[in-house]
Amino acid sequence: MAGGIYNKPIVFALTATVVILIGTAVTMFYPMLTPEMHPKLENLKPFTALQLAGRDIYQREGCVNCHTQTVRPLKSEVMRYGEYSKAGEFAYDRPFLWGSKRTGPDLARIGGKYPDAWHYKHFDKPQAMFAESNMPAYTFLKDEKLDPASIEAHMKGLSMPYTTEEMAALSGKTGMDALVAYMQVIGTAVKKAAAPAAAVASTVKEKHFENPLAGNPQAIAKGKDLYAKNCATCHGANAKGDIGPSLVDDEFFYEKGDLPDDDYFEVTNNGTSEGYTEDGRVGKGGMPGFKDSLSKDDIWSIVAYLRSIKGK
Amino acid sequence: MNDYQYDNQTVKGFVVSSVFWGVVGIVIGLLISIQMWRPEFNFAPFFTFGRLRTVHTNSLAFGLGVGAIFGLSYYILMRLTKRPLLFPKLARIQLYLFNIGIAAAAVTLFMGMTQSLEYAELEWPLDIAIVILWVMFAVNVFGTIIKRKEEQMYISLWYIIATVIAVAVLYIINNLSIPVGPFKSYHLFAGVNSANVEWWYGHNAVGFVFTTPILAMFYYFLPKSTGIPIFSHRLSIISFWSLVFAYLWTGAHHLVYTPLPDWIQTLGIVFTIFLIAPSWGSVVNGYYTVGSDWDKMNTQYLTKFFIMGITFYGLQTVQGPTQGLRVVSQLIHYTDWVPGHVHMGTMGWVTMTTAASIYYVIPKIYHTEIYSIKVANIHFWLVLIGQLIFSITMWITGIQQGALWKAVNDDGSLKYSFVETLTKNYPFWQLRTVGGLIFTVGMLFFIYNIYMTIRRGSLAEAKA
Repeated sequence: MAGGIYNKPIVFALTATVVILIGTAVTMFYPMLTPEMHPKLENLKPFTALQLAGRDIYQREGCVNCHTQTVRPLKSEVMRYGEYSKAGEFAYDRPFLWGSKRTGPDLARIGGKYPDAWHYKHFDKPQAMFAESNMPAYTFLKDEKLDPASIEAHMKGLSMPYTTEEMAALSGKTGMDALVAYMQVIGTAVKKAAAPAAAVASTVKEKHFENPLAGNPQAIAKGKDLYAKNCATCHGANAKGDIGPSLVDDEFFYEKGDLPDDDYFEVTNNGTSEGYTEDGRVGKGGMPGFKDSLSKDDIWSIVAYLRSIKGK
Repeated sequence: MNDYQYDNQTVKGFVVSSVFWGVVGIVIGLLISIQMWRPEFNFAPFFTFGRLRTVHTNSLAFGLGVGAIFGLSYYILMRLTKRPLLFPKLARIQLYLFNIGIAAAAVTLFMGMTQSLEYAELEWPLDIAIVILWVMFAVNVFGTIIKRKEEQMYISLWYIIATVIAVAVLYIINNLSIPVGPFKSYHLFAGVNSANVEWWYGHNAVGFVFTTPILAMFYYFLPKSTGIPIFSHRLSIISFWSLVFAYLWTGAHHLVYTPLPDWIQTLGIVFTIFLIAPSWGSVVNGYYTVGSDWDKMNTQYLTKFFIMGITFYGLQTVQGPTQGLRVVSQLIHYTDWVPGHVHMGTMGWVTMTTAASIYYVIPKIYHTEIYSIKVANIHFWLVLIGQLIFSITMWITGIQQGALWKAVNDDGSLKYSFVETLTKNYPFWQLRTVGGLIFTVGMLFFIYNIYMTIRRGSLAEAKA
C-alpha cells in the first residue's frame, strides 16, 4: 500500500516533483527544442531603436491589458482585423504581447492601417475620434523626452542591430513618436493581400460605373449617418478634411480635378497603402478599407451623401 | 514568551498583512471597474487602467493570496506536525520581507515597471526577492515536517508540499529574463515560445496558488470547524495525485487558435477536460463530509462558507474546462466571460475559503470566541451576492461581445464597428461595479469582525 510514502516527506516530495515535471517536460521543455517554436518570417526585421522604445512604452503603460496582438484564423476575425497571425511574425518579441482580453480592438494588423497623424490624434484624446471610447488619454507622452542611453542599453541587451546615427536621431523625439513608430511596424512582416481592384484601376479608366444610388434621398440620409460613424474622424465632420483630405473640393488624391463616383467607391472599398493608384492618380496611402465592415450599398450611399454636400 | 506563542505572532502577522493587501487590491479593483465605463477616472500616468490592472491582480494574488497562504500554512503546519516551526525567527523575517516586497511591488507597478507577463509582471529585482521569500518558506515547511512529532502526514501537508515545489519551479523558469536596467528586463524566451512558457506558468500559478494551498485549508479547517472527519482518505489520495499530475499539461488552453503549434493546444485541452475528475474528487469529498450531518449548516456558521466555497470550486472546474474547448473558446476568448470566470474562482472559492479559515484561526490564537456570528453571516451573504452579480453580468456581456464581433449583414459584411460592440458593454460594466461594491462592503464586515475579535482577545489577555 502506498501508505508508506505519507510517512516519508522526502520521498513524498521527490515523487511529487517528478509527477509535476512530466507535463512540464512534454508541453514546455520539449517544444522549446523543436524548430516549430522558433520560426521567423523572411520579411521580419528586428526593431529599430525608435520602435523598441515605443514597444517599451507599450509594455510600461500596460496596453497589453486591453489589446491583443493575435488575429485568430476565424472568418469574422480576419474580416475585422486582417490576415491571421503567423508564428514566424514574433521572433523578436520578448516577451510576446498577444494579450488575453480585447477591451479594445486587436492590434496585430494596426501597422500601416492609419497614417501617423491618426495615431497622434487618437493617443492625445481618443474620445475626440470615438466619442464613446473608454480608452485613457496618453497626452503626457507628447512631453516625455526619450532617453537614448537607456534605449541603447535595451538594444544591446536584445542584440538588435543599430547605427550611431539612429541613436543620435532619438534625442528630441518624444514617447509619443516612439509609440506611433511601434504601432506602424506591428504585423507588417506579413504582406497585405493586394486588393484586386487596384491593378485594374492603375491607369486612367476608359469606362466608369454609375452610382446606383446617386441623388436618392434615402441613400443620402443613410450615407450621412454612415459618414459620421466611419469617416468623420479623419475627413472632418463636414468632409472638408482633417487627417485625410477634403472630400468635397475639386481635388482627388491631392490633384486638381475631381474624379467620378466609382473611384470614390473603390478607394473606400479597398483602402489605400503607399503608392496605391486609382484611375491614374497615385495616393499617399493610409486609408483603411471598408469592404468588410460596409456593404456595397453602404459605400454607394456615402458617396451619394458626399456628392450632395459637395461645394456647400 | 515561549516559542509557540512566537509562532502565533507570525501567523497573525501574515493574516493581518494579507487582509490589508486584500483591501488595497479590492479598492483598486473597484476603481478600474469604473474606468471601464468612465475613462475620465483614469489619472495618467500612474493611475491609468493599464497600470492599475496589474496592481489589482498582484496585490490580490500575492498580497492577499500568498500572504494568507504563508500564515495559514504555518498555522496548519504546526498543528499537523505537533511542534512549533523549526525556524521561528526566519519566519518572522519572512513576514517583514513579504510586506516590504508587496509594497515595493505596488510602487514599481504604479511606475510602469512590468515584464508584461500576466501574473509575472514584477521586474527582476522583485523576482529575486520573491524567490528568497519562497526559499524561506520552503526551509520552514520542510524543516518542520522532517522534525515533526506526528508520524502520518495529513492531506493538507501534501498540498502544502506540492505548492512549495510547483510554485518554485514555475516562478523561476518563467521569470528567466535578460536584465537591461535596474528595473527593466526582457523575457529570455521569444515569440511563440515566450507565450508557451508564460501560459504554462500562468495557468499553473492559478493551480498552485489558488487551488492546492486553498485545498490544504479546506481539508484542514472544514473537519476542524465542523468536528466531522474527512469523508474518504482514499478519494483524497486519488484526487491529489491526479490533480498535481494533470495540471502542468494544461497551460495551452489559454492559447487556443493562436500561432502556437496545434498539438500543444490539443494536448492542453484534453488534460483540461481530464482535470474535472480530480477537482470534483475534492468537491465530492467535501459534500460527503458535511453530508453525514447537514445540520452543521445551521449550527456551525463556518460550514456554509466552506460548502459554498467548494461549490464554486466545483463550478469553476467545470466551466474552466468547457472554456478550453475550441468551439467555446472561439466565442468567449478575449471577452469579459473570462474575467467573470476568474472572479468566480477568486471571490467565490479562494476568498470565501480563506476568510472562513481566518475566522477559525483568529479566535484560536487569541484564546477567545468570534466577535459576532451575525456579522459573519452578513459578510457571507454580501460577498455571495456581490460575486454572483459580478460573474453573471460578465458572462452575459462576454457572450454578447463574442456574438457582436461575429455578427454579419445579409451581404456578409460585418454588422458592428468595434466601438459599437464596446458601448453595448457599458450597462453590464456598470452592474459589475455595483456587484463589486456589494462584495467590498461584505469584506468590510469581515474585517470589522476580525478586528473586534482581535481586540476582545487582546483585552482578555491584558486582564489575565
